[in-house]
Amino acid sequence: MTAPIETTGVAREAHPEAIAESAGVRIEGRSLGQIAWARFRRDKVAMAGGVVIIFMILVAIFAPVITSFVGGDPAEYHDDLLDPVLNIPNGSFGGASWDHPLGLEPVNGRDIFSRIVYGARISMLVAFLATLLSVVIGVVLGTVAGYFGGWVDALISRAMDVFLAFPLLLFAIAIGSSLQGEAFGMKGDTLRVTVLIFVIGFFSWPYIARIVRGQTLSLREREFVEAARSLGATDRHIIFKELLPNLVGPILVYSTLLIPTNILFEAALSYLGVGVQEPTASWGGMLARATSRYEDAPMFMVVPGVTIFITVLAFNLLGDGLRDALDPRSR
Amino acid sequence: MIFYLLRRLAGAVVLLLIVTMAVFAIFFLIPRLGGATSDQLAARYVGKSPSPEAISQVKHSLGLDKSVPEQYGKFVKGMIAGKDYDTGVRKVHCAPPCLGFSFRNNLEVWPRLQDRIPVTLSLAAGAAVIWLIAGVSIGVISALKRGSLWDRFSMGFALAGVSLPPFFTGLVALALFSYQWPIFKGVHYVPFFDNPGSWAWNLVLPWLTLAFLYAALYARLTRAGMLETMSEDYIRTARAKGLRERDVIVKHGLRAALTPILTIFGMDVGLLLGGAILTEQVYSLDGIGKFAVEAITQQDLPEVLGVTMIAAIFVILANLVVDLLYAVVDPRVRT
Repeated sequence: MTAPIETTGVAREAHPEAIAESAGVRIEGRSLGQIAWARFRRDKVAMAGGVVIIFMILVAIFAPVITSFVGGDPAEYHDDLLDPVLNIPNGSFGGASWDHPLGLEPVNGRDIFSRIVYGARISMLVAFLATLLSVVIGVVLGTVAGYFGGWVDALISRAMDVFLAFPLLLFAIAIGSSLQGEAFGMKGDTLRVTVLIFVIGFFSWPYIARIVRGQTLSLREREFVEAARSLGATDRHIIFKELLPNLVGPILVYSTLLIPTNILFEAALSYLGVGVQEPTASWGGMLARATSRYEDAPMFMVVPGVTIFITVLAFNLLGDGLRDALDPRSR
Repeated sequence: MIFYLLRRLAGAVVLLLIVTMAVFAIFFLIPRLGGATSDQLAARYVGKSPSPEAISQVKHSLGLDKSVPEQYGKFVKGMIAGKDYDTGVRKVHCAPPCLGFSFRNNLEVWPRLQDRIPVTLSLAAGAAVIWLIAGVSIGVISALKRGSLWDRFSMGFALAGVSLPPFFTGLVALALFSYQWPIFKGVHYVPFFDNPGSWAWNLVLPWLTLAFLYAALYARLTRAGMLETMSEDYIRTARAKGLRERDVIVKHGLRAALTPILTIFGMDVGLLLGGAILTEQVYSLDGIGKFAVEAITQQDLPEVLGVTMIAAIFVILANLVVDLLYAVVDPRVRT
């Protein structure tokens, strides 16, 4: 590809020495992290995604504080604000007011804003912990498969194929419904959230493992690994000190891209009724309740839907931006 | 070619065995690890408020009082050879393929599923066709007009597509095109052989909802693949031979770019089914997805078990079909 001559950014990075020499300045070395951060900072779209994510995380953490100012208790019924015949909120935009900025649910009149704020807790908790779980499993199995090769690799790769080909959603539903009531010494929402985290995490590790395995395969043949081996380094040393530091970039990128998938997975499971149970709020659960009311209470479906969309989009944009920043070839 | 087919077929059989193990583990091993006793486990497979005799009878017929390998053996044998159930009132023989007996409805699971399969099949197949055609053509055009307004727009569209859950796009589509502007009023399933026109008309919104989810993703994949193949040497050779540009793109470029897409499609059949479950729920289509959800709400475990088995078999068969298509598109695998 013929690159046009640019005076900023790209050209300077491409030939730092040449430019520095001509300018007569001594250049300082920059680490991969610094280069990536400099590139990332210029990516306005990815930065916007990052800001939205930080906002969402803060909302999830401070949910009780926020709702004490606006919205109130997410489980409180405001039947008095509903039309007694139609059971839909009085006023326009689903009964939006200063007290209830995003309106009220039809039938029982719970505050939608509060439920969205509390729903963020479930969504973020499940998505982050499930991603963490799949990254741990994926990195371990991916490096083992890529580094040791042979029958270990064959076995793990087959397992990945099988996992990826399966109707995950249905299997997740099945597990969710086979673990009902009380199990593993937990019950209620604690059990549901734990089941969600483990089911989602357990089913999405192959996405990470596949990337890590591929990277390990190519890194394994590189000179620095050979050098380490010829100096008598153990497998353990090579994996932890030589390979893993080089895998941090891709792992970071693909875990960021896995989080939105897992948010959608959690929303889908809650939508189908295997997530947390009423009255605990979840975005998927809200959409499930809105499904039968799209005609007379459109705000009820628009608010959780748009919230999911914005959050997932933000993570996708951040992930794409991180990939571009850490791996310039991918552009 | 024959050898390739046989190998694929053998692979499918092995996969089927793994599926039975996975389903068995989900329904009988994991709950037990969670602390359920065999009596509690058996109680889930009899009707509401079961008598102690009924529980011990089910416990025996499911082999829950035996060792794990024996239980698994009974589980598989029951599916292949059929099974007798005692509902307490009457004895029922569940003929093979026996996917279980629902004690809540006093009905076998398989015959009820049979009516549902065409619905899901219509939805999934139609959506897959739209998703592949739309995704691939948007991707090809984007690749050929790289950097253009069209390219940027469709890639932005692709990002939105993968960020929207189908149970939200479906609702929006319903609110707009069924309620606000009633073009597709009262979406419901009409069997294909009753009225093909009405069948298709009613499925337009569900098809688009499901296809939108991944058409976007496939547009991105096709674009990347096309950009790569179009810069290969043999494309230059084809042009140098004086072929028409259309032939260069379609016969040389697209064909090579399409093979990896097909592989990915094979892996995404499971996702397609997941999407179909969600779409059925939004549009209240009586397919196997809605069946599964209803079974969950009623806590009818035999039905959930049956539907999981059927879905897994469906995915394995679909993968087999993709493998066959693969042999048609890519001559290298026919060895």
